[in-house]
Amino acid sequence: MSTNEFYSLKVNGVDHHVSDAWIGESLLYVLRERLGLPGSKGACEQGECGSCTVFIDGAAVCSCLVMAASAVESEIATVEGLNADGTLTDVQEAFVTEGAVQCGFCTPGLVMAVHHLLDENDSPSELEVKEALSGNICRCTGYGRIFAAVDKVVAVRKGALS
Amino acid sequence: MPVLIAHTISEATEILAENPDATILNGGTDLMVEVNFNHRHPSSVLLLRNVPQLREWSIDSSQQTITIGAGVPYAAMETGAIAAAVPALAQAARTVGSPQIRAAGTMGGNLGTCSPAGDTLPVLSALEATIHLSSQDGERIVPFGEFMVGPKKNSRLQHEIITAVTLPITGRRQGYSKVGVRNAMVISVASACFAVVDDTPRLAMGSVGPTILRAVKAEKFLTEATTNLNIISDEIAREFGQIASTEARPIDDHRSTAQYRAHAIKVLASRLAVRGTAS
Ligand SMILES: Cc1cc2nc3c(=O)[nH]c(=O)nc-3n(C[C@H](O)[C@H](O)[C@H](O)COP(=O)(O)OP(=O)(O)OC[C@H]3O[C@@H](n4cnc5c(N)ncnc54)[C@H](O)[C@@H]3O)c2cc1C
Ligand code: FES
Ligand code: FES
Repeated sequence: MSTNEFYSLKVNGVDHHVSDAWIGESLLYVLRERLGLPGSKGACEQGECGSCTVFIDGAAVCSCLVMAASAVESEIATVEGLNADGTLTDVQEAFVTEGAVQCGFCTPGLVMAVHHLLDENDSPSELEVKEALSGNICRCTGYGRIFAAVDKVVAVRKGALS
Repeated sequence: MPVLIAHTISEATEILAENPDATILNGGTDLMVEVNFNHRHPSSVLLLRNVPQLREWSIDSSQQTITIGAGVPYAAMETGAIAAAVPALAQAARTVGSPQIRAAGTMGGNLGTCSPAGDTLPVLSALEATIHLSSQDGERIVPFGEFMVGPKKNSRLQHEIITAVTLPITGRRQGYSKVGVRNAMVISVASACFAVVDDTPRLAMGSVGPTILRAVKAEKFLTEATTNLNIISDEIAREFGQIASTEARPIDDHRSTAQYRAHAIKVLASRLAVRGTAS
């Protein structure tokens, strides 16, 4: 059994200490407002838009629905940690070249969802892509460019394109 | 306000006995929405997500049952052995929210919330599942019909945690469908689960009453109308749906109207009677 009014979170492999926090705070809030990691975006705070998607112990979940203080024993990965050296991943690169970023608000969450999908399935069907991204809302692109970016990454990873 | 983290079921019941006001947290997909919107201010929290026993499931082949831990996420029910044993549960799990919600959300949480729109609940009703509850006093096993007692009300006692659900593996036709305003990320406007158990047809209806309703008249009609539940004619299926819709007790609310909900039940019930898949 453990309690945690002062607690630490392991984010992208680094321990971060949180103190004087209200324990009902969401992980999204703590990442952005207390730990200086504003990559995860907040729009709905009710699990509907996916812009706050992070990985908790490898599962892609909405950080707005994770009680931050409950994640002390978990490995948390955010969009900031995708490439340790801060360069763009192949997914981020494809989002840029395929025009999948307009206002960009949905992008971090979508990038996380796409990485998660392609880690589990290196050649998803169109339906599998749509299903995997169904929890991420984009109000700008109409999704066509996002699907094109996914196709691009799949092709590049297979060596068909460079 | 601390978060108390349990790692075993006995640790969880001990924490709850010592902290009777603690709010139980599993996937957080219901609870955190309420916390974020200031509808709930828990004074202390008992986290169950790190109890491995609650994330296990097992098949008892002599009894032909499957017992699924309250902390198994929906994502683990969508395909694989659980889906093969209880196809209707997998169909229900696949309709919940989005991949992110299904990675976090659990049946324990669906039962804890006990919304008439909870997608696993019609499946538990039709298959007459039993709910396992644990406390310092021991284990209690409650049939689903006695567990859900009203909208967002269940018979769990304050010091009990929901540990698992046991369902029969029927090897017969079963299916779950729901109607909502779109395909992904939608709370049901009406839902139904059809299953053949012990050679009798069962139909449970969600979002059309204060609890999950069983369509007993429709079930009786179908038992008398056919000798082979594997082959149901379209005409009998239509009549079955018609009767079921008269047993629904829907209301008008922000999601739909009572009239549309009754119509949806008619269509869902008649389709499920013809289409269900065998486990
Ligand atoms: C965007 C979104 C979409 C959704 N879509 C759907 C949908 O399509 N269909 C649907 O049915 N639901 C849906 N939900 C609701 C929710 O995901 C489900 O009810 C889910 O099953 C809750 O599980 P959880 O583990 O996240 O519960 P939590 O939020 O952790 O807990 C929910 C409640 O149950 C109690 N509880 C949890 N576990 C236990 C336990 N083991 N013992 C005793 N009490 C317990 C908690 O105290 C709390 O009151 C949606 C939610 C969101 C945010
Ligand atoms: S902010 Fe978390 S899903 Fe919208
Ligand atoms: S690019 Fe604007 S919301 Fe997706």
